[in-house]
Amino acid sequence: MLRFEKRPQPSQVWTYLTPLLAVVITMIAGAALFAALGKDPVAAITTIFWEPLFGEFAFYYRPQLLIKGAPLVLIAIGLSLGFRAGIWNIGAEGQYIIGALTGAGVGLAFYPMESWVIFPLMVLAGALGGWIWAMIPAILKLRFGTNEILVSLMLVYVAEKLLAAMALGLMKNPEGMGFPGSRNLRQYESAHNAELITGSGMHWGVVAAMIAVIFAYILLNRHILGYHIRLTGQAPRAARFAGVNPARLVLFCLGTSGALAGLAGMFEVAGPAGQVSIDFNVGYGFTAIIVAFLGRLHPVGILLAGLLMALTYIGGELAQSNLGLPAAAIQLFQGMLLFFLLAVDVLTNYRIRLSRSEGVA
Amino acid sequence: MDFGSINPVLLLASLMVAATPILLAALGELVVERAGVLNLGVEGMMIIGAICGFAVAVNTGSPVLGFVAAAGGGALLSLLFALLTQFALANQVASGLALTLFGLGLSALLGQGYVGIKPPPVGKLDIPLLGDIPVLGPILFSHDLMVYFGLGLVLAIWAMLKYTRAGLVLRAVGENHDAAHALGYKVVRIRVLAILFGGACAGLGGAYISLIRVPQWTEGMTAGAGWIALALVVFASWKAGRVLLGAWIFGGVTVLQLNLQAAGIAIPVEYLSMSPYLITILVLVIMSADRSRAPASLGRIFHASQ
Amino acid sequence: MNLTKLLATAAVALGLATTAMAQDKTKVGFIYVGPIGDGGWTYEHNKGRLAVEAHFGDKVETVYQESVPEGADAERAITQMALQGADLIFTTSFGYMEPTLAVAGKFPNVKFEHATGFKTAPNLATYSARFYEGRAVQGHIAGKMTKSNIVGYIASFPIPEVIRGINSAYIHAKKVNPDVEFKIIWAYTWFDPAKEADAATALIEQGADVILQHTDSTAPQAAAEKADNVITFGQASDMGEYAPMPRVSSIIDNWAPYYIARTQAVMDDTWESVQTWDGIGAGMVGIGEISSAVPEAIKAEALALKAALADGSDHPFTGPLKKQDGSDWLGDGETADDGTLLGMNFYVEGITGDIPN
Repeated sequence: MLRFEKRPQPSQVWTYLTPLLAVVITMIAGAALFAALGKDPVAAITTIFWEPLFGEFAFYYRPQLLIKGAPLVLIAIGLSLGFRAGIWNIGAEGQYIIGALTGAGVGLAFYPMESWVIFPLMVLAGALGGWIWAMIPAILKLRFGTNEILVSLMLVYVAEKLLAAMALGLMKNPEGMGFPGSRNLRQYESAHNAELITGSGMHWGVVAAMIAVIFAYILLNRHILGYHIRLTGQAPRAARFAGVNPARLVLFCLGTSGALAGLAGMFEVAGPAGQVSIDFNVGYGFTAIIVAFLGRLHPVGILLAGLLMALTYIGGELAQSNLGLPAAAIQLFQGMLLFFLLAVDVLTNYRIRLSRSEGVA
Repeated sequence: MDFGSINPVLLLASLMVAATPILLAALGELVVERAGVLNLGVEGMMIIGAICGFAVAVNTGSPVLGFVAAAGGGALLSLLFALLTQFALANQVASGLALTLFGLGLSALLGQGYVGIKPPPVGKLDIPLLGDIPVLGPILFSHDLMVYFGLGLVLAIWAMLKYTRAGLVLRAVGENHDAAHALGYKVVRIRVLAILFGGACAGLGGAYISLIRVPQWTEGMTAGAGWIALALVVFASWKAGRVLLGAWIFGGVTVLQLNLQAAGIAIPVEYLSMSPYLITILVLVIMSADRSRAPASLGRIFHASQ
Repeated sequence: MNLTKLLATAAVALGLATTAMAQDKTKVGFIYVGPIGDGGWTYEHNKGRLAVEAHFGDKVETVYQESVPEGADAERAITQMALQGADLIFTTSFGYMEPTLAVAGKFPNVKFEHATGFKTAPNLATYSARFYEGRAVQGHIAGKMTKSNIVGYIASFPIPEVIRGINSAYIHAKKVNPDVEFKIIWAYTWFDPAKEADAATALIEQGADVILQHTDSTAPQAAAEKADNVITFGQASDMGEYAPMPRVSSIIDNWAPYYIARTQAVMDDTWESVQTWDGIGAGMVGIGEISSAVPEAIKAEALALKAALADGSDHPFTGPLKKQDGSDWLGDGETADDGTLLGMNFYVEGITGDIPN
């Protein structure tokens, strides 16, 4: 009988090995899947993992990894702080939408005035929008003891409806021939979150994501607040004795993750997406939850996980158009990758023992 | 503007139909959450149920077999979630999201050969006498079997949770898994069974969409119903009876807004469809003053040697 | 040399490379907004792609990517096809307008074609179909066939294309049946089977015995089939599996001739940026077979109308017509100009209710 025995400390070796192991297992299972669909499995796997990085057109795909990965990393960093402390914000998708709406709203309000202040104001508005949306579950939790998982999730739906209402109503482009969707912020210089160096993929959102990674790292390792976050997650009772104020921690964690998600939305709407449209949100907020866990809630891990996720998206698209793989197969492949990553994590925290007695697992 | 063109009897009857898929899925999720497990993969399990049910019903010509297969398919997918969260001890939120992604992809692959096919029809259960009662007849007594199955399930789960030992054990596991373990209950086994039940119910809900409500197969056809089911469980504050009420409200808002539009009444559609979620948050707040609240162990990982 | 130049040069060099390669095989790319199995919009575009393959055989290679979200992801998908050596790329949804324009600027040697949009470039053409001509035929049949005099209309988004369709159908229904009334539901979706089914049911329960739809799934057909004596029309695709009842006819998006012609133009090096807006006459809008549920006399009239629209002797919007608010729009015998039609944001006289927003 297999038995899991909790390690006194998470295994260092397995912490680094498990993600690699998961990727390898996924490649094998994925190859089987692609072969079953009648495609060359080796070609499919190399297209997904190799082409975007080192293929003929890598000069285009590498920057795209940053564009696709930045919002994931930015949101996941914020979420990981709360997750470490046992504060579960799963409504980042909603905060992302609201950040995009408030950010774009400020930009559109100034149209067509050109001024350097507009973009910084949009950044502020985006962060503020996400922050406010995250404050709702935070305050309800503190005031009434409601579950933040559920409130933040409900607010995602509300935000989606609000987005549709805005794209069809208030923010609709008056010169858009009646089609839903706002003006294109990419054609409005003061509001455009342009690439800082053309062709590099580096826009302000990527910069913000990198800053967030560094700050989160410092916060968690060098700062008392980071210590409190970790302590609360590991031993809530001990944390209270150590003088941690749980209310303040809830406000900080939810607020930070909301603000970062809002920022991600704002950078996306002003840059790669360009406009507020009905289906502006493509699930970054939910995918970021997965990224946070894949990165083991560690800032550097999240950075890598975000890039890996981005790679499967971009490589998956390549496999679709080059090999004619259906979109569904790619989705399935991503699902498998996540399953395996989550499953092998058990090796980090538990030892597997064979035992004869009736096991507990 | 013409309210008169809305026939309230027919409106209520179609509300019963619109509510059934989310009712079934939410009932399953209710049991799962009562056991202390949060499975966010409802959407994925529903769509797998939709295609499994559809494929089997088309191939065998029997909708009943279709529904059986849908329950099986949903349960099989949820088994993945059970393995991850109960044996590999992975995080439930992340596993549930992965399950949805996986389910949507798998269903689209499975369904490639089933686009544009019509499933065998599911007969309405026109109950003689009762079905002829004016007003109540069409609302209550002239539906397909699954509508009644859903209502029966509400009753069964309510009774199970309230009066049976199994229900008591389930709730104990959900409230405090360590204490339940100390009392000698098999926490993991109970949770796995609850998860499988939840998967089967979600599968039935999905198949109701593909076999009865729409009826056809198209990729992504559940279109977010699984997420609504999740909201519904919260709205119902983990009580079976309130799930039914919630399903009518959530399903009713959609049907009502379409009917109001058809009657030429201008309504802000987006704001109206926001309302069930806002109501749910309100319910959460009100509930916190009440004794009914989320199962205490919801979403937490259980490991016996802790 | 800065990065911009480097990238531009690389793109141009690739562009040249692809033209060189094009001599043996022309590569045609398609970007789809939905899955190819949606049974409607994307399904028909994909049929057009298959027709291109069937027509040219070994001389072409086609690639496609399905379910591409509109926005940033679309831009990458289109760029990727251009990088991979596509000579001609069709982007098949309105939401791809800005991304297509952006990519077209970067690949001057690749030809782009954007469906249903209005922005062009030297290497970016637009194409769309005059679906409202098909709506006129539907309106005629609907007006003749309805017994309750209530026609239900499932609309998607309040955009000119959809409003045009409603107006066209209404005008022709009214012409043959002065008592006809339209009930319109805005579903705010192109594709949501459950919601479309609910919308159809709501309309039927309120007395509609004809359902017209401007959403893409076959769910309304299935809903109508459950209710007896309700007729529907296929949308985008023939939806022939629901014939002869409830589906009595359909509007079919027939992109194949256009896709073949444009591919040929690229092969012959005669491709030009044009704004194509073709209707029944050019074969871009097909009228699916009128089923046996429609009496012969009505069928003959509908076919006559179709023929008149095809040869240009009739126009769906022929005056005298007034706008909903009672103001004059078209004088006697006057026909609507394309500019007004493309930006149509008003109902014609007689339709009740307001266009949202």
